[in-house]
Amino acid sequence: MHYQTQSWGGYMAPRNMSVDPLERIQKLASENAVVIFSMSTCCMCHAIKRLFCGMGVNPTVYELDEDPRGKDMEKALMRLLGSSSAVPVVFIGGKLVGAMDRVMASHINGTLVPLLKEAGALWL
Amino acid sequence: NNDVRSEQEVVDVGADEILVQVRVLIGSLNSIFKRLFDWQLSGPDYKSTKGMSSPSTQFVTSRRMGVYEPLHQIGMWEDPFKGLTSQHGIAATTIVEVDGLDKPDYTSNESVGPSKNDQEASIPNEKVQRRLAQNREAARKSRLRKKAYVQQLETSRLKLTQLEQELQRARQQGLFIGSSALDSSHMGSSASLNSDLAGITAFEMKYGHWVEEQHKQNGELRNALQVHITDIELRILVDHGLKHYHDLFNMKADAAKADVFYLMSGMWRTSAERFFLWIGGFRPSELLNVLMPQLEPLTDQQLLDVCNLRLSSQQAEDALTQGMDKLQQSLAQSVATDSGNYGSQMAAAMEKLEALEGFVNQADHLRQQTLQQMSRILTTRQAARGLLALGEYFHRLRALSSLWAARPCEPA
Repeated sequence: MHYQTQSWGGYMAPRNMSVDPLERIQKLASENAVVIFSMSTCCMCHAIKRLFCGMGVNPTVYELDEDPRGKDMEKALMRLLGSSSAVPVVFIGGKLVGAMDRVMASHINGTLVPLLKEAGALWL
Repeated sequence: NNDVRSEQEVVDVGADEILVQVRVLIGSLNSIFKRLFDWQLSGPDYKSTKGMSSPSTQFVTSRRMGVYEPLHQIGMWEDPFKGLTSQHGIAATTIVEVDGLDKPDYTSNESVGPSKNDQEASIPNEKVQRRLAQNREAARKSRLRKKAYVQQLETSRLKLTQLEQELQRARQQGLFIGSSALDSSHMGSSASLNSDLAGITAFEMKYGHWVEEQHKQNGELRNALQVHITDIELRILVDHGLKHYHDLFNMKADAAKADVFYLMSGMWRTSAERFFLWIGGFRPSELLNVLMPQLEPLTDQQLLDVCNLRLSSQQAEDALTQGMDKLQQSLAQSVATDSGNYGSQMAAAMEKLEALEGFVNQADHLRQQTLQQMSRILTTRQAARGLLALGEYFHRLRALSSLWAARPCEPA
């Protein structure tokens, strides 16, 4: 049975340590319009944060290297993306968009902005 | 560029080898000095006995031999390193015991005369005297030569020791960081260096062909736009042109794996092109500025789409630029502060550098996406005009580079 966890922004470590990391990722992803999983030392993560901020979006960022369960979540993300680098990865409206290349491609081809508006992260 | 790289490779590989050779030379000099002590006090016999007989008896009998010794040994002074492989073990004990009996003395050998007389009693006196004088003279000259030679050896040994110290210091300061990597798995590392070089050489060749093909395609597009060919045929040319850029980005991805710094330096492009370099290539926003004037008239929808593309490509460009700035900052910090642990500090810096390849790939990805979106917004004919305009733009930049390089030098 899952313990009702505090939101991550409350800085209290969730009590239930046996939550599947992928489930945790999806749970966190659904809590906000734009969710970015990142690592504080990763410069590509910095770039993706700047991209959203530059568009006027305020993303929710989880730094996996500052999370006690970050390692597990990192591995889960690598499996999810099928890639050797887990971060950065972006969820919009609870749905997986992808890593930097997917985000940039969708911005260039004009599909990112409608997605953001739909999720309530952007208003015209 | 290949020459510069192989020079650096030689320096890195050479440092360790030089150090080893320096130490071998110093060792050789040390054993020469030890053997010189041996020769001064004993004959060739001493070398072969390997320290078995008592040094004192040897000493007494060999003093008689000492006069002739230099004459026979003259050849040795010319070639200090000949026959050095064997004798290392003998010398040490010899010197200690000999010191107790008499100091090695390069200049005097007074006791020769009387013993000589005992030996030569049967021969007429003048001849003996003459012979003795000649021997003394020869011995004196030999001693002088030996003295000069030994001084040369001393100087060389001193220089080599200084060189060894300098090399050690430089190595510790990481000036030859490449050599320690090559140390552990010499074949493996030099193999990867070679394959990197091969990768870059291959890239330069492929890029050369790419530029030629680009020129050819430009010509085809120019002709096609002048005559009236169908849109279908024009579409084939446009797709061909887009694929050509796609090939370039694939080539660059391979080159980035081999040497990301080389790619980022833009050395594979002409000087004027390099002036506009942004993360290893052209700016996507620059692309749009070049194309726009060529594409009018555009429909309202097209104008809107192009404006959106301009904005989004600019935002993406800015994001990547900020990521690169952060990478520079982070790398500078990790190299500037002395953490006290050289190895782990360098390892952390290396990890940061690995992120560069990712940025180059994302920049090329952005270029690719921008080109593709343009071809979606535009009609076939407009796309063909756009591709031609782009091709001619880069062609003119390359021509400008050549003109600039060939311009007459201004008087000083």
